[in-house]
Amino acid sequence: MTAKIPLERGHLQEIYRQMLRIRRFEAKCVELYQAQKIRGFLHLYDGEEAVAVGVMQALEPRDAVLATYREHGQALARGVPMGPLLAEMLGKAEGVCRGRGGSMHIFDRERRFFGGNAIVGGGLPLAVGIAMADKRLRPGAVTACFFGEGAVAEGAFHESMNLAAIWQLPVLFVCENNLYAMGVPLEDAESQTDIYRKADAYRIPTMQVNGMEPVKMEFAARTAVEHIRAHGGPYFLECRTYRFRAHSMFDTQAYRTRDEIEGWKQRDPIERLRAWMQDNHQLTADEAARIDADIAAEIAAAVAFAEAGTLEPVADLERFVIMESVVQESPR
Amino acid sequence: MTAAPLRMTYREACRQAIRDALLADPRSFVMGEDVGKYGGCYAVTKGLLEEFGPERILDTPLAELGITGAGIGAALAGLRPIVEIMTCNFSLLALDQILNNAATIPHMSGGQFAVPLVIRMATGGGRQLAAQHSHSLEGWYAHIPGLKVLAPGTVEDARHMLAAALADPNPVLIFEHIVLYNAEGDLDPAVTAVDIEHARIRRPGRDVSIITYGNSLPKSLAAAEALAAEGIPAEVLDLRVLRPLDMPAILESVRRTRRAVLVDEGWRSGSLSAEIAARLADEAFFDLDAPVRRVCSAEVPVPYAAHLEEAALPQVADIVAAARELVKPR
Ligand SMILES: Cc1ncc(C[n+]2csc(CCOP(=O)(O)OP(=O)(O)O)c2C)c(N)n1
Repeated sequence: MTAKIPLERGHLQEIYRQMLRIRRFEAKCVELYQAQKIRGFLHLYDGEEAVAVGVMQALEPRDAVLATYREHGQALARGVPMGPLLAEMLGKAEGVCRGRGGSMHIFDRERRFFGGNAIVGGGLPLAVGIAMADKRLRPGAVTACFFGEGAVAEGAFHESMNLAAIWQLPVLFVCENNLYAMGVPLEDAESQTDIYRKADAYRIPTMQVNGMEPVKMEFAARTAVEHIRAHGGPYFLECRTYRFRAHSMFDTQAYRTRDEIEGWKQRDPIERLRAWMQDNHQLTADEAARIDADIAAEIAAAVAFAEAGTLEPVADLERFVIMESVVQESPR
Repeated sequence: MTAAPLRMTYREACRQAIRDALLADPRSFVMGEDVGKYGGCYAVTKGLLEEFGPERILDTPLAELGITGAGIGAALAGLRPIVEIMTCNFSLLALDQILNNAATIPHMSGGQFAVPLVIRMATGGGRQLAAQHSHSLEGWYAHIPGLKVLAPGTVEDARHMLAAALADPNPVLIFEHIVLYNAEGDLDPAVTAVDIEHARIRRPGRDVSIITYGNSLPKSLAAAEALAAEGIPAEVLDLRVLRPLDMPAILESVRRTRRAVLVDEGWRSGSLSAEIAARLADEAFFDLDAPVRRVCSAEVPVPYAAHLEEAALPQVADIVAAARELVKPR
């Protein structure tokens, strides 16, 4: 384990800022949902921010990212601009997918962000294929594939693990193990609840990480990415985390107790990092206030951008069903 | 004296149907993702785990292919499974088992094995869930010999079709439209069973037959109302059963009205409506006064934005326009 993390003040503040930015963005989404401006399903990332932010620290622009329907955090941490992200959720033509995808289907070619996927496990085989292409076309690039532990029960997971392993493809599998797939607890769904052991069975190097701790997440991701770049083959991270909110906007949460949720909230990655930084003189009250204000301003600007957006003309409904040409990824 | 009608939602009707099935036959059980502790992703099975316990209400991991195949196996060996797949969009992960096993084993085994299995799934768009949650794939399934395909469009059918499906020796797929779950309707207490063979006239009319099913049924009824106000008496025929099609009922209606509008939330090309149109051309060509018209979904993955989704799906105004055009061509 050789990965080095710049643990200095500026870097820690940046990690803190990114996690908080995601948390506040999600809170704004709730408001917009209640105002019926965002519709459909809305899956929020509260509690899991350290995973996306930690992993993204290890990635470069040439790398690829795939995520699930709970992907606002990954999109923001990857650099998808907040205005077009929110405009997408408001169904506007200025949205990243011109309003066709919505919250669950964020794509951004510029950032090699290959989608929010709403079929559980649906992104895993794609990650294998993107890594196949990158191995030939962009040597050294890594494909990071995020998925929930629920996906591990699907055949697509096992087929993808095996393919990545036998072909030694540069995939970083990131399992966000938040202990529940909708209302199904991990122990009801899996005979082997240590998910990393499944990767081990495919002879993929693996690590189980505390997904509530951004620095540990970053360290694990850097270690994994270095390993992939050095050896070519895949790596698997099982990130133990927790979702603070309901699965989607509404759910009775009858499947878990209030105490359990409160217990996990004591481990809030954002609160704890802030407390630690303040105690250790890494974040002054002024600096914290400035970060708050910057995020508030960014969100206000994104809301204004999205609200001012236009509707795609209905005449363009069938546009992009058939493509005129292959759009090339912009060179890096 | 007849008892007063019972008013309930389509969702509640589905729930009562499942409850009755579990009470009626100890071999029956429900399995699916989040059917137990969570109460069903569309809350259809709410409360059933508490009443029947985890052996009859089985929460499964996310494994559509596995649980569907297990349902087929259990049916082969004597149980009466009701498999729930959250939406037909995810049923594609189970399509191999449905087509290559459930639909073929009875015939392939020379009639040695029946597959008395019921698979329930949600279908359709209209709630801004975008392209991986909004499609109507029942027409695809209706392509497959060996299956029976049902589409309850009323609370009464939601309440009673399941029992008939379970009594059937074949794999039966039931498609429940997501927009209908909250719809309310009246149940006549005198009706305790429905058949799963016949289409039904939901509104009689003289000049044009609107032939439809599922959530396009209420839209077609609204269209018939609007057409009546224009002096056009339209008949609405609810297919109910998408495979096998009740051709006698379709032909009877169209021969009377001499005009047909087919309303189908599936994509137009290769759709169920295409099949019905072809059969009308075959069997009723000389009875028609006008070409057969179709109102289908646009050939596009259902988009998220409200105005685009609305434009992609069949709407009342589209049905009215199609029918009007046949009856009063300009
Ligand atoms: C193939 C498929 N089956 C079922 C669903 C419905 N569904 C959406 S999310 C979800 C739970 C997934 O849990 P997990 O993978 O742990 O991710 P989390 O939501 O906890 O982030 C389910 C069952 C789906 N979207 N796709």
